[in-house]
Amino acid sequence: MAKVKPRVKVPNTAEAGEIIEIKTLISHPMHSGRAVDGDGNLIPRKIIKSFHVSFNGTEVMSVNLKPSVSANPFFTFPFKVTESGTFDFLWVEDDGTEYKKSEEISVG
Amino acid sequence: MQTLVLKPISRRQALSYLGVAAASLTFSRIAFAGPDEVKARINDITNGAAGDNTRITLDLPEIAENGNAVKVAFDIDSPMTQDNYVKAVHILADGNPEPDVATFNFTPHMGACHASTRMRLSKTQNVHVIAAFSDGSFGNASALVKVTIGGCGG
Repeated sequence: MAKVKPRVKVPNTAEAGEIIEIKTLISHPMHSGRAVDGDGNLIPRKIIKSFHVSFNGTEVMSVNLKPSVSANPFFTFPFKVTESGTFDFLWVEDDGTEYKKSEEISVG
Repeated sequence: MQTLVLKPISRRQALSYLGVAAASLTFSRIAFAGPDEVKARINDITNGAAGDNTRITLDLPEIAENGNAVKVAFDIDSPMTQDNYVKAVHILADGNPEPDVATFNFTPHMGACHASTRMRLSKTQNVHVIAAFSDGSFGNASALVKVTIGGCGG
């Protein structure tokens, strides 16, 4: 199976009060449990069920995903920067497997 | 007494009727959510409250060539302060096997309320975006997306 790899794009620096744009993508097949493989066998369901973003330990936003979200789930969303700190991105699979990525931002 | 006269049908007609019956049997095995189920789901979310689309701007393609990855973006007019923000945004589709696509849970930390993602659409259908505001009111916007190649696999 292809390796699940999270990718995140966050600016390195920002002005205090600036609203930045964050882009995230995780390479994941998002098997809906409805598609069949080349031999006609049903591919079991395996999706990213939730995505969480925290800044300095506080949850900023989250998404609940259903099989209707495309493979390689991609999100863009804003964030208002008030202080330097660390973003923690967390993707959770159906069976509880977690994928994490962190990014730092400094205000200056 | 009245006699019931049945119109004789040709062999060709009979075969075509059989064909239609078989086709409808085959296709009915794939269950789609359908507009009614989505309506019920929206009622579920909003508790029956009607929402309007004045604060929601949707960015959806009119025609999606590939139903496997259809961009959906929304921009909701909200100050995103502690006492006036968008709590959640639900994306629903009425022609997919299940109505829910994704639910975004937001906080005032975001400073603005817009987001985008990509979704699967199995056929031409309506996409609904329901916004739940912190004051308990709701926003509701929808658009029809024409899908050339469906995206549900199989």
